[in-house]
Amino acid sequence: MTMPWKLICKQENLIEGAGVAAMLNGEQVAVFYVPESDNKIFAIGNWDPIGKANVLSRGLVAHLQDQWVVASPLYKQHYELSSGQCLEEDIKVPHWQAKLEGGEVFIATHS
Amino acid sequence: MTSTVSFLTTKPHLIVVGNGMVGHHFVEQIIAQGGHETFQITVFGEESYLAYDRVHLSEYFTGKGAADLAMTDGTLYDEHGVRYFTNSLVTEIDREAKQLILQNGEALAYDKLVLATGSYPFVPPIPGHKRDNTFVYRTLDDLDAIRACAKQVTRGTVVGGGLLGLEAANALKNLGLETSVVEFAPRLMPVQLDEQGGAVLKEMIEGLGVQVYTNTATTEIVDGEMAFHRMNFADGSYLETDLILFSAGIRPQDALAHQSGLSVGERGGICVNNHCQTSDENIYAIGECALWNNRIFGLVAPGYAMAKSAAGHLMGDAGVTFTGADMSTKLKLLGCDVGSVGDAHAQSQGCKVFVYQDELSQSYRKMVVSEDGKKLLGAVLVGDNSYYDTLLQYYLNGIDLPTQAQALILPAMDGAPVGLGVDALPATASICSCHNVSKQDISDAVCNGALSVGDVKGITKAATGCGGCAALLKKVVDNELLALGVEVSTDICEHFAYTRQDLYNLVKVGEIKTFAELLKTHGKGHGCEICKPAVGSILASVWNDYVLKKEHISLQDTNDRFLANMQKDGTYSIVPRIPGGEITPERLIVLGEVAKEYGLYTKVTGGQRIDLFGATLSQLPQIWEKLIAAGFETGQAYGKSLRTVKSCVGSTWCRYGVNDSMKMAIDLENRYKGLRSPHKIKFAVSGCTRECAEAQSKDIGVIATEGGWNLYVCGNGGMKPRHGDLFAKDLDDETLVKYIDRVLMFYTKTADRLQRTSVWMEGLEGGLEYLKDVVINDKLGLCAELEASMQHVVDTFQCEWKTTLKDPEALKTFRQFVNYEGSDSNVVFVEERDQMRPATEFEKQQLIAKVG
Repeated sequence: MTMPWKLICKQENLIEGAGVAAMLNGEQVAVFYVPESDNKIFAIGNWDPIGKANVLSRGLVAHLQDQWVVASPLYKQHYELSSGQCLEEDIKVPHWQAKLEGGEVFIATHS
Repeated sequence: MTSTVSFLTTKPHLIVVGNGMVGHHFVEQIIAQGGHETFQITVFGEESYLAYDRVHLSEYFTGKGAADLAMTDGTLYDEHGVRYFTNSLVTEIDREAKQLILQNGEALAYDKLVLATGSYPFVPPIPGHKRDNTFVYRTLDDLDAIRACAKQVTRGTVVGGGLLGLEAANALKNLGLETSVVEFAPRLMPVQLDEQGGAVLKEMIEGLGVQVYTNTATTEIVDGEMAFHRMNFADGSYLETDLILFSAGIRPQDALAHQSGLSVGERGGICVNNHCQTSDENIYAIGECALWNNRIFGLVAPGYAMAKSAAGHLMGDAGVTFTGADMSTKLKLLGCDVGSVGDAHAQSQGCKVFVYQDELSQSYRKMVVSEDGKKLLGAVLVGDNSYYDTLLQYYLNGIDLPTQAQALILPAMDGAPVGLGVDALPATASICSCHNVSKQDISDAVCNGALSVGDVKGITKAATGCGGCAALLKKVVDNELLALGVEVSTDICEHFAYTRQDLYNLVKVGEIKTFAELLKTHGKGHGCEICKPAVGSILASVWNDYVLKKEHISLQDTNDRFLANMQKDGTYSIVPRIPGGEITPERLIVLGEVAKEYGLYTKVTGGQRIDLFGATLSQLPQIWEKLIAAGFETGQAYGKSLRTVKSCVGSTWCRYGVNDSMKMAIDLENRYKGLRSPHKIKFAVSGCTRECAEAQSKDIGVIATEGGWNLYVCGNGGMKPRHGDLFAKDLDDETLVKYIDRVLMFYTKTADRLQRTSVWMEGLEGGLEYLKDVVINDKLGLCAELEASMQHVVDTFQCEWKTTLKDPEALKTFRQFVNYEGSDSNVVFVEERDQMRPATEFEKQQLIAKVG
């Protein structure tokens, strides 16, 4: 089955090693560009369920024990970029498949 | 009957009634001993939640949810075949038939029964005590009800000024209520404190805006005129309040014992022996419902000890007995330290007492010693619990007191440590009383490979009960590691096996200009949120590049990345620099106009600046464009860097001023404003010794004297206040600046990440004298380098906002969304006192409901 890929933005709108926020079907998505990773692009929810604000795109990207994560800028919990799983609490934020193709960023509208 | 059932029923049935902290601990204990293989275990809890941490119940009001407080999610029970039923009240024990009757009438046979039914809050039978808006403080459901009521009203009163009452008062205060405490006894915390200690605590609590009525009996509660209730007092006076919370002590929940004819105490409590067996050998009672030696133990640690002894006895180990417990406690109530050890009331035969009281800093300490002065029998502490751990160890272990025993409660003079080093503790010393962990247990854990506090906690459970022993535990663990010759890791994180100081030197000596380069040459992996900002700060300290350059931007914490301070809703606050707090009317008007245009909440800060709150990401550049046009610069309130130089007006206006503190403050602020440092730095300059600028509580404090300036260093306000040390006297302007250059650069070079100057100084070997040697006598031959480094920072200063506005690449990152021009719909403001503020969750829901 083909993925319903949706064009989000140009690659040049991303920030190397950090995140930006995007809107996807009315939902806020945090898109991270990590050139050193295999995936290059990750997409998880922008909503921080602990800090209760749309801020995850503004957290620091970290690499901990072989996992790419983002640290929430509010209370510093870590979320895995590949799955949305929080490392400290039994909480998960949504995640989407994402890809970089021809200088453009795409997210799968369902995964 | 099938074979499966008969197989099951061959195991004797053990039922635990009550699933509070102690009931749960009992289940843990019995499972740890393999009891789930011996018994079929069933647990009944009356509440809708499984066991949760009642000791930290108040945290439910400060952000923790039921899940955070939960002691188990049921996994432990499931994995060991323990059946559990919440919302299940056991109404009867039929001892003859050995069965329980449940509320729904069902009967269930038991072989062994453990009662862990806890206690219930005592509500004094004052007429009117059952009116609406009256509560008790025991369960999560109670707290939900209190919170719902508090939203509607403004005044709350706690009846009872004991430990739990004050805890509850704190909760009401945190809920935003005008709070009062009414205590029947002549003082607060009558069980733990003596008269004087109670009086000091009362004064401290009143200083926090909580009204305290001691020696006050409530005769009735009736309708109020101004508020929901009026409480009439025995002396004819009254208090009007909207919400009443009864916290006048606890009573053992012994209804099942009464009903089934078990022996109970005169004033309640199920009588138990040293194995926690009741008068029926098949029934045990543990925790607050149990009465041992005619005493009830209303703390969690003795309850755990009872659980352990009952579990041991059920498993055939009669060696673990319960023979009383130490009731010493230390707590922080409404932010005030209170500690009570042993015989706090000095009731022992022939005992002698030492008392220390300081009315200025509001602290009171008492030591009760044996007639010969050799042993500590008890102690009372109010205002400062840093003395508690040492006193408790002397008391619990019967260690002989030193000859100058009073030093144990006197403030430290000349920095001489008075604490008992952990080395001096005997192996039997109890470190964690909740889980009964001794120094030997910790030593064993370390010997068996636990090499961090976390590991030791996992193995011994030390510091996982009330957590009061965490600091002591760390000392013991470090001491044990040291004794084993294990080096305690000072690596900054898993990516760099270096301290911050090492990294600083590597960057400087190796002329390293980027994080990637440092990682490649001296680190491993890809970095994290610890090392990235730390290295970002070091690079800025040494090279002073623009922090949003492409190679630096991903190192910055959100505040540094967007050059503003993130608030709880994801919006930012903006603080322009106002050197020395001096501002022209024209600029003040600009701030007002900008705030008005963007609808920003406006507040004067403690550092004599103006903070504008509620700007969204995309508004930040627009707002700064206007501020910079009016001549403002970034205030770097977002950075680990110089914040403000606070000042009084000094000799130009003040009758008492002896020097121009205003000019000095502005000059210093402009000199150091660009410096990135391990943590934020605050200055102040006072124009005379009256010290209106409070310079001695700052990292760098300057006070004008007849002979020039006195320089104070490494002071701190905030969480752990520290008086600055007088570093040099009567300096001229030039020498003052030279010394400050050197002190700050030496700090920037050698401190740990996020270490304030006060903590840095405390850890500096040789302390103040060493720092003087380095800075004044140039002992390390570093002074020229330190000054040159600082001069580089001064010369390369740039207003980061000015640079950002000229950089289209950097500006691009301030968009709220990359593909959408709208705003974050979760950012909602409401008006309060004529300004806007973030809406609460509750308000948002209501607004959504209205719109919907």
